[in-house]
Amino acid sequence: MVVQATTGSGHLVGQRSIKTILLEIFGPLLQVLMFVLGSATILSLIVILFAFVLRGSRTDIDLLQGTLIILPQVIIDGMVRGFLFATIALGYTMVYGVLEFINFAHGEIFMVGAFVGAGFGLSLAQQRMLADFPPLLFVVLAILLGMIVSGVLAMLTERIAYRPLRNAPRLVPLISAIGMSLFLQDLVRMIALATGMGFNVRFQTPPLGGSLPLGQIPIGGDRFASFSIDSRALIFIVAAIIMLIGLNYLINVTRLGKAIRAVAQDRATASLMGINVNRIIALTFLIGGALGGAAGVLFGIRVGTINPYVGFLPGLKAFTAAVLGGIGNITGAMVGGIVLGFLEAFVASYLSLFTRGQFAGANYADIAAFSILILILIFRPSGLLGEATTQKV
Amino acid sequence: MKRLVSLLTLLVMMLGFIAACGQQPVAQEPTPTVVELTEEPATEEPAPATPTEEPQETEEPQETEEPEDVTPPTGDFEGLIKIATQSPLSGPQAAIGLGIRNGAELGVEQLTEPLTSLGFTVELAPFDDQAQAEVGTANANNIASDPDILCVNGHLNSGVALAALPTYRNASVPMVSPANTNPNITEGGYEVAFRIVGRDDVQGAVAEQFAREELGIQSVFIIHDQTDYGQGVAEFFRQNAEANGITVLGFEGTQEQSQFDSILTPILPQNPDLIFFGGIYSQAGPLFDQARRAGITAQFMGPDGLDNAELVTLAGEAVADMYYTSVAAPVSQFPAAAQFAQDYQSRFNTPAPPFSAQAYDVVGICVQAIAQAAVDAGGKPTREQVVEALRNLDPYEGITGTYEFNDIGDPTEATYFVLQVNYDPDNPEEGWNENAVVKRLTIAPPESE
Repeated sequence: MVVQATTGSGHLVGQRSIKTILLEIFGPLLQVLMFVLGSATILSLIVILFAFVLRGSRTDIDLLQGTLIILPQVIIDGMVRGFLFATIALGYTMVYGVLEFINFAHGEIFMVGAFVGAGFGLSLAQQRMLADFPPLLFVVLAILLGMIVSGVLAMLTERIAYRPLRNAPRLVPLISAIGMSLFLQDLVRMIALATGMGFNVRFQTPPLGGSLPLGQIPIGGDRFASFSIDSRALIFIVAAIIMLIGLNYLINVTRLGKAIRAVAQDRATASLMGINVNRIIALTFLIGGALGGAAGVLFGIRVGTINPYVGFLPGLKAFTAAVLGGIGNITGAMVGGIVLGFLEAFVASYLSLFTRGQFAGANYADIAAFSILILILIFRPSGLLGEATTQKV
Repeated sequence: MKRLVSLLTLLVMMLGFIAACGQQPVAQEPTPTVVELTEEPATEEPAPATPTEEPQETEEPQETEEPEDVTPPTGDFEGLIKIATQSPLSGPQAAIGLGIRNGAELGVEQLTEPLTSLGFTVELAPFDDQAQAEVGTANANNIASDPDILCVNGHLNSGVALAALPTYRNASVPMVSPANTNPNITEGGYEVAFRIVGRDDVQGAVAEQFAREELGIQSVFIIHDQTDYGQGVAEFFRQNAEANGITVLGFEGTQEQSQFDSILTPILPQNPDLIFFGGIYSQAGPLFDQARRAGITAQFMGPDGLDNAELVTLAGEAVADMYYTSVAAPVSQFPAAAQFAQDYQSRFNTPAPPFSAQAYDVVGICVQAIAQAAVDAGGKPTREQVVEALRNLDPYEGITGTYEFNDIGDPTEATYFVLQVNYDPDNPEEGWNENAVVKRLTIAPPESE
């Protein structure tokens, strides 16, 4: 993408046809969708192949049948995980794009979003309004609140902890980010305990509907295996897709997006073109933080219980997803998140089945998923969508 | 500071002399109001005073005074004896940890008469192990280097206790646990380890027996939290289940705290009758909640790690009518502990949590053992002597049961409970206090091999 410095007046937006605009918004999304379908198909084929090969090794259960029964559920789990990592990874990758630095406090921004949502639910519950609150309105309001608080918080951390160190050696803001991360964890812990929320906080929501049953499969005798989509998982996926569309619009179509891309490409030149670099960097933090906060709210709704340390691991994995997709590349972050989410869900769910319970899946999911990740990076060092050039972004 | 104390002591002694010349009741009055330390010299005063009068009397009364005489010589003992507590006072398990400390505090206030009458001063030394092995071990080193600490009342977590025990053994510090249920505490060959609660292996067996006989369970999926405690209970549940013909569909450990979908998905098609979780409530809450939402209809069961009102807050309806086993029933289950519950409520403004009554009893046991060792040793006993006294403890009648120890430090009889959650949607935490004990078993520990 070449920044056309001569078009600062914005005429170009008007000149572009609806078609190109739509393509710019939905193009990356199509790419993400392709990766969703691709990962799901490839991984499904792999596990079915495994099940077929290993079929003879187990006599107690039918391995192929067992594999197929949970497959739909695993794909849904993978998508939820994937979109979770994708929305968080965007924050890492955008900040890396403009500042070339890893904001390790981003996992905590995510956690703060979850706490804001939980606090909203709790305060409604205390007013005895929660049970009758329209569920859709609740989800939208909680997400908006989470976005605002997390976005502003991310902007504040940038102003306080990173901007004064912008010209320091590159490791210095990194240390500052780690410090910020620890500080936020314990600050939230303190606030949560002082306000009586407690350490483990239940994310209360109005009744969001149970799980939507998809079907039942007889598994011998009078037993049935049923599979279904949790309504919260649906909310997660839909909301994440809407946010990704919004982000693509913002980055690819608006002038603000163009300014962000310009700063990412060359900060000094962008500044010469009349772009207020400080303002753009702050806005980047705001957008990344807001996305993280929204992801936090959705995560809280999905899992039901949060604590102040809940952001650490998703943060770390989202960072990995950003690297996997090619750090600095926005579409790459989404794709990386999706791939990592699917890898984890498949490994965690099937490893135990294929190894006769020798390797309890959830334990080894991280090891297996990250081994595959290393393999991918060996063959594509700059990530799935990273450009093999010296140029940034 | 020292100078101030000694000055004060001198002043009190002089006051005592002056007052002794006048009326006797006045002499007793100032002593309790001043620092405890001064009690010893003050009580010493009358002691030499009476013998001087005795020679004038005949030998007969001297003999009748003999039993009383036993106390004055032992009253010569002086010095500070500390009883330490080790439990998490901060962090997610602080609610129970604080219960242990507070129970012990009440114990030190109410049960130390056997030691104070010998002339000792007894103090509580609370430590915060943060439920972390390394913090517990660091505290254990501090305890080992304080010669006044003759007994440790703790820990809450078996994992922490096991990490700290080598330090206790090297310094011969006796540890009497009000809550540790892992078999290795006493099976591990630590001669300093004692406990007054049951063991995981028996708790796992109790749960398995209850699930099989009362609930009619035929298949089970077992999940644990990879700690000494959780995995221990789960392991014993599995062994018993396999031996008794229950199908064990899976046995998984996880340290995940919030997102359990990848564990739950493989369970779904296996459709077990029961999910047994060996671990702590903070992890069980979201796990059970998500399991119900994923469409798993199995019953849930777990050990006493689930015994916390927060579980209902976290899991909501998912744990309604759930059964769990426990070594420590609600304090209300012990008829003898009614007074304790009342004292605890008025002193700390919260209902007494599980294990607080046991911590109170541990103080009583420590006091009895130290007093015995002191009488035997004719002075402040060494830690080795306290360990010896604990080993040969006369049955101690506490508020949660009567305790004596076997060769490895287990109580000769321990009580186990099966409780059922009383779910009250309007006020979940209140409802928890009314969880009903549905079964109560008194079982001796298994023969050690």
